[in-house]
Amino acid sequence: MREQKMEETIKIVSDKLNFNYGDFRALHDISLNFIEKQVAALIGPSGCGKSTFLRCLNRMNDLIPTARVEGKILLDGENIYAPAIDVVNLRSRIGMVFQKPNPFPKSIFNNIAYGLKINGVKDKSYIAAQVEKSLKQAALWEEVEDRLHDSALGLSGGQQQRLCIARAIAVEPEIILMDEPCSALDPIATQKIEELIHELKNSYTIIIVTHNMQQAARVSDQTAFFYMGKLVETGETDTVFTRPKYKQTEDYLTGRFG
Amino acid sequence: MEGIMDKMENNKLFRVRAKKRRVFEKIIFNALRFAAALNGIALFIMIFFIVKNGWMAINWTFLTQPPIDSMTKGGILPCIIGTLLLGLGAMAVAFPIGVASAIYLNEYARPGKLLRIIRLGVNNLAGVPSVVFGLFGLAFFVIWLNMGVSILAGSLTLGVMTLPVIIGSSEEALKTVPDTYREASLGLGATKLQTVFHVVLPAAMPGILTGGILGISRAAGETAPIMFTAAVFFSPELPSSLFDEVMALPYHIYVLATAGTEIEATRHLQYGTALVLIALVLGMNLAAILYRARLRRK
Repeated sequence: MREQKMEETIKIVSDKLNFNYGDFRALHDISLNFIEKQVAALIGPSGCGKSTFLRCLNRMNDLIPTARVEGKILLDGENIYAPAIDVVNLRSRIGMVFQKPNPFPKSIFNNIAYGLKINGVKDKSYIAAQVEKSLKQAALWEEVEDRLHDSALGLSGGQQQRLCIARAIAVEPEIILMDEPCSALDPIATQKIEELIHELKNSYTIIIVTHNMQQAARVSDQTAFFYMGKLVETGETDTVFTRPKYKQTEDYLTGRFG
Repeated sequence: MEGIMDKMENNKLFRVRAKKRRVFEKIIFNALRFAAALNGIALFIMIFFIVKNGWMAINWTFLTQPPIDSMTKGGILPCIIGTLLLGLGAMAVAFPIGVASAIYLNEYARPGKLLRIIRLGVNNLAGVPSVVFGLFGLAFFVIWLNMGVSILAGSLTLGVMTLPVIIGSSEEALKTVPDTYREASLGLGATKLQTVFHVVLPAAMPGILTGGILGISRAAGETAPIMFTAAVFFSPELPSSLFDEVMALPYHIYVLATAGTEIEATRHLQYGTALVLIALVLGMNLAAILYRARLRRK
């Protein structure tokens, strides 16, 4: 478990989280802290459960009929799996960016306005202002300001992903989950997004799943290494990468398996 | 020495075998192509014959005047209007129920007994012969619900008949909407209902509307369901209410060809009516295809 420093707050915690797809136990007793306004990277080989874990944080796994969760996830101290919790509201507090950019088949403007409208915002000038603010925060505004009403599907892959990030931050979440956000993008687009993450952490807590270790090293403050559904090691990124506590971690980082 | 000779022999054999395979493939390919082309050929032959035998009947009078002289002369205006009304009526019944059913089946239904029963119902509905629908419509709408032979009874009967078609094409359209859109929407804090109405349905609209238009064109061409429930062989006035009976194109053809006063002499009228009906149906199909293409390009 990562040690908490004096001036840091813990934003979200998983407490002995276990997860099943039907009979298959995908996550074993995961206990992990995430510090507010920092970037945490979840790394590990394919199939180790890191994406499954990420999707537990905003209860996206609820969509899978055979999914079963045991244990708790505490957001600001409250268990998000408690029966009284409003999942819909939870998901507006925890945003998600997916592996393959998935803008809606609507205009750029409406993609971002969508999140606001479904949350009940009606004031048109407020919406317009939020759209601009989100696009600026996502470093996309200059590229699209003259074509806000063009289809979002006409953007390049990297632009679409930044649009998805803008869409997620438009509803002003507290946490942004990113599931391998750059794996479908070219290196230049990837770099832009990594720079963006660096900016975004001033306002949001970010948890990113990545199979690219170098990216984890570049981008994150904390790294957690998953293997076969178990949390092997977690700690400050520098420490995990230079002085890993477990041989398994070291083997993965040095590429002995992956 | 021997090695080299073997290699050359093998080479030749390989090339011959490869050539045989290519020739065989080409024969099969052309056979498949011909089979597919038969569709177009069949349609073309059919249209050709109808046009050849019916084009002389088409004139302004034919299209805008009612029939006179015991339907041996005059026009088919009331039939055109009747067919259009029945087609639209069928759609008014089948479209809302069909799309709503498709949304339920594709977005909300959980696997289980209820779902299996519903699917069984829809599939079997699709297999009921059209004349059976006609008799059902007669017994249920016309007699039992006391609607009489009317546009209303005919539309309801045709609507029920077209329901499986609408459900099928709407479900297909919904299925083509990628799950990633639904995930993205839910991830932003939308409810399932919001997701369905603001993301999934708009994205599926081209397919759903196309299915709807094709549904109308099918309903418009049916004879048996409307024979007992809405259509009459002669009506002196154009319909003015839902409870009125109507004349219809397919029924008109049937009547002229079997029970009319001068079957042989009115042949050209029959073919002319058939031509108008085909033009209507093909026209609607074409409109559906063009509309879908336009929506897809956006």
